[in-house]
Amino acid sequence: MSNNTRKYSLVEKYLPYILIAPALSYLLFFIGYPLTQGVLLAFTDQNGHFTLQHVYYLLYSPSSNFWPALEDTLALAAVIIPIQVMLALGFSLMLSANFKGKDMALYILIIPLTISDVAGGLIWYSMLASNGFFNKLFMTLGIINQPIQFFGWQFRPMEFIAIVLAEVWRATALVFVIIFAGLQMISKEYIEAAEVFGAGTWTKLRHIIFPMLKPSVQTALLIRTLFAFQVFGVVMVLAGRDIPVLAGEAYYEQTILYHYGVAALYALIIAAISIVIGYIYIKMFKAQYLREVSM
Amino acid sequence: MVDVKLRGLVKRFGKTVALRGIDLDIRDGEFIVLLGPSGCGKTTTLRIIAGLEKPDEGRVLFGDKDVTYLPPKDRNVSMVFQSYAVWPHMKVRDNIAFPLKIRGVPQEEIEKRVKWAAQLLQIDELLDRYPHQLSGGQRQRVAVARAIVIEPDVLLMDEPLSNLDALLRVKMRSELKKLQRRIGVTTIYVTHDQVEAMTMGDRIAVMNAGKIQQVGTPEEIYLKPANTFVAGFVGSPQMNFFDATVKLNEEKLLDAGEFTIPLTDDLAKLLQDYNGKTVIVGIRPEYMYPKELAPKNLVGPEIKGVIDFVEALGSDTIIHLRVGDKHLVVKLSGSHHYRIGEELTVVFGLDKIHIFDKNTGKAII
Amino acid sequence: MPGPGESAPIRYYLFKIVFAGIVILSCTWILLPIIISILYAFSTPQDFYNPKEVIPLHFTLSNIQKLLALGAARATMNSIIVAIMTVIFSFILGLPAGYAFARFAFKGKDSLKLLIIGLRMFPMLVIAIPLVTLYIRLGLNDTLLGVALAHTTMALPFVILITSSIFVSVPVELEEAGYVFGLDRKQTFFRITLPLSLPGLTAAAIFTFIMSWNEVFMAAVLTLTNRTLPAFILTSAMAAPDIIKFAASFIMILPALIFVFIARKYLVSMWGITVK
Ligand SMILES: Nc1ncnc2c1ncn2[C@@H]1O[C@H](COP(=O)(O)OP(=O)(O)OP(=O)(O)O)[C@@H](O)[C@H]1O
Ligand SMILES: [Mg+2]
Repeated sequence: MSNNTRKYSLVEKYLPYILIAPALSYLLFFIGYPLTQGVLLAFTDQNGHFTLQHVYYLLYSPSSNFWPALEDTLALAAVIIPIQVMLALGFSLMLSANFKGKDMALYILIIPLTISDVAGGLIWYSMLASNGFFNKLFMTLGIINQPIQFFGWQFRPMEFIAIVLAEVWRATALVFVIIFAGLQMISKEYIEAAEVFGAGTWTKLRHIIFPMLKPSVQTALLIRTLFAFQVFGVVMVLAGRDIPVLAGEAYYEQTILYHYGVAALYALIIAAISIVIGYIYIKMFKAQYLREVSM
Repeated sequence: MVDVKLRGLVKRFGKTVALRGIDLDIRDGEFIVLLGPSGCGKTTTLRIIAGLEKPDEGRVLFGDKDVTYLPPKDRNVSMVFQSYAVWPHMKVRDNIAFPLKIRGVPQEEIEKRVKWAAQLLQIDELLDRYPHQLSGGQRQRVAVARAIVIEPDVLLMDEPLSNLDALLRVKMRSELKKLQRRIGVTTIYVTHDQVEAMTMGDRIAVMNAGKIQQVGTPEEIYLKPANTFVAGFVGSPQMNFFDATVKLNEEKLLDAGEFTIPLTDDLAKLLQDYNGKTVIVGIRPEYMYPKELAPKNLVGPEIKGVIDFVEALGSDTIIHLRVGDKHLVVKLSGSHHYRIGEELTVVFGLDKIHIFDKNTGKAII
Repeated sequence: MPGPGESAPIRYYLFKIVFAGIVILSCTWILLPIIISILYAFSTPQDFYNPKEVIPLHFTLSNIQKLLALGAARATMNSIIVAIMTVIFSFILGLPAGYAFARFAFKGKDSLKLLIIGLRMFPMLVIAIPLVTLYIRLGLNDTLLGVALAHTTMALPFVILITSSIFVSVPVELEEAGYVFGLDRKQTFFRITLPLSLPGLTAAAIFTFIMSWNEVFMAAVLTLTNRTLPAFILTSAMAAPDIIKFAASFIMILPALIFVFIARKYLVSMWGITVK
């Protein structure tokens, strides 16, 4: 009997670890193995000897697109993310008011959360193609005579705009959802207290709402920045390699050129950038009142 | 400084009616207490005065100005929130300074006033902490400090001392009252603690179920309750109530069944319309005495009962007495020894009884 | 100052109108491209290539049929199979872990949870490239199972975190009542906790399905002939005429739209928003 209870409590004691172990092992294997393998691929030749040839290729070869890809990935992030944060803040403030159809509006705004980057790209292609909605609309209205061309190598700046539009349209929902959740957690009384003490709309936003939203905005920023370095499908659909991005180059080196070492190097670079960004984020932002807000 | 008038305030939240017509005149510089049980609409009234809530019907006047639809920021009010609403992302110092900053007070003056308020509330040690590093009571004091650093036209306080320990609470009562006297700000103070109401209020407005039951000085409320609700809500232990029939035909008396109460001519005259009818009689426990302890010149009936239960509180002794199927409570100051089951004869003065209309609950005398 | 009876309502209504305008504009911004792309997916080529027909008036299924004939039918099937496998694998592995995080206090819990959150943000697509070598060795290259295993890696942290928060929302007292009435931990889980969490878990499963359904990079890298739908679109459909592409985008977003419709309540709460 006592033996029995001991066995039971022993199982109880290790139960959480037993429950977590399979998932954790799976993750560690499927992330750890590829990363090690990636390092091997990136820094060895066919014979298994150490080499920097892939690195040289990546950095210096005229057929490597690394620097333009890095540049465009950063440029896209720099343009898209601020717009998304502003829009998401606007949407959140809009939905914090009470009005008829509020739930409906909320559901509509989060639809893109479930739409893939490939589909998002195609949807915006239908808007912007030379036979697309906008061109046909503006031509019918007589605003333009010729369709505005968004796609093709000679229209790269327009392709860039198309990607920005599609990504802002599709991925703002994620930023919005995080910021809106944060806004909902702010007790209404904090805002009312500011009103009572004489704060106008702007003072309320600047001194109460924005500071209290800081953790959510930071989280949204982090997630968005990480995603920005993985941008792939939407670019491939709308611009192909006209606008090179890191993931796109990795894909190209891997599946078209069979430069497995170079592709692995791209993978490692994306992973390294993400880890560094995550680390900086944790170091930089440590909101002291986070505990209370998250209560 | 300003006087505040509430005119027929009605507020509904969906199906619940929080306020059913509140009329109240608050004089310039007055300290008025809103007293009432939980859920009676105190906070709602305060929020309407602050401008955080718009009434469905009725008006709010500051002086002659109709402020019913004026946003809070244009009212120059100050408020202690029931749940404190101390901003978690600001240090205590910045919380207290915030109302001053908005009003454009110069930095030096801000520092001076923050220090003054913090000292008054004994939180000067905590100025550089964040709210999550404070206890509930400390947070509450920050909320009070923040409300008193400015000189508003109207100061609203929603149970500002509810979370303090007894000692600090008593001290803060007198501090707040002194402060209010000094700056002479019109103050509306919400509490459901009657001792607080009695000791602090120039006048008390007793509320129940969204209506004001009575407005008056603490003495008026205590000595001349307007109805059974006020009579029962104010005073501890609660006033004794029992039914009695008015008999004015032969001997003039109130017949309570187990005992009768003789009526003076004055009383009888007041009860003329009630002859033969049932009224509610009220008598406060502190005005009932065991016969042997009664004041010498006391005139009133004697009631014989059996002791059910004795609460010995040290400073007071509370005796629960069974008289037939009636239950009476007697409160004596000091400690006394009475045994359960013992017979006891109690007396009370005729001048201390209250008589209420059985149907409306309104006081007849 | 004008009396509030006069000026306040005008400003108030003006504000209301502007506000309603902004709400409508925001919703249009999201809905219009979806509606247009769906209309184009079903429009006849004549309508689509006619510059005067902004909104097509003649509809046909032939775009979808052509797309399916091009290989999208098989790709769609593949996508569904991969997504279902991903849901099964990630729930078998993730559900117990989620339960452990929700219901046990144990040493290292916080660090483990932080690790999972970190992995949730890890750019999983990078594992696909080195995985190819392993898959070739294991014979998993260009197989649906291979893709599903990779997708499971991507979905697992999400499943652990989301199921954990779903289990947390089931009151402990209900489980304790189960213990009191003689159930052991396993029975309690299957008879009480699981049924109570079922709606939330279903929503989480659907979302996991969508995650796999939408994933393109790993699928495109890990397959050659057994393409999933997004990989197929990326590699084959891009050469097709425009309206065929729109047909492809329609098939891609269809499950997403259905999901938003049936699980909108959970989609919202899954991200921590409480709708009042
Ligand atoms: N925002 C609201 N929505 C719905 N009902 C409300 C709301 N605010 C208050 N009420 C209801 O209105 C009534 C009065 O509430 P109020 O907060 O004014 O009570 P109170 O007197 O302050 O009570 P307490 O002493 O418990 O603070 C209650 O029945 C309450 O449930
Ligand atoms: Mg209240």
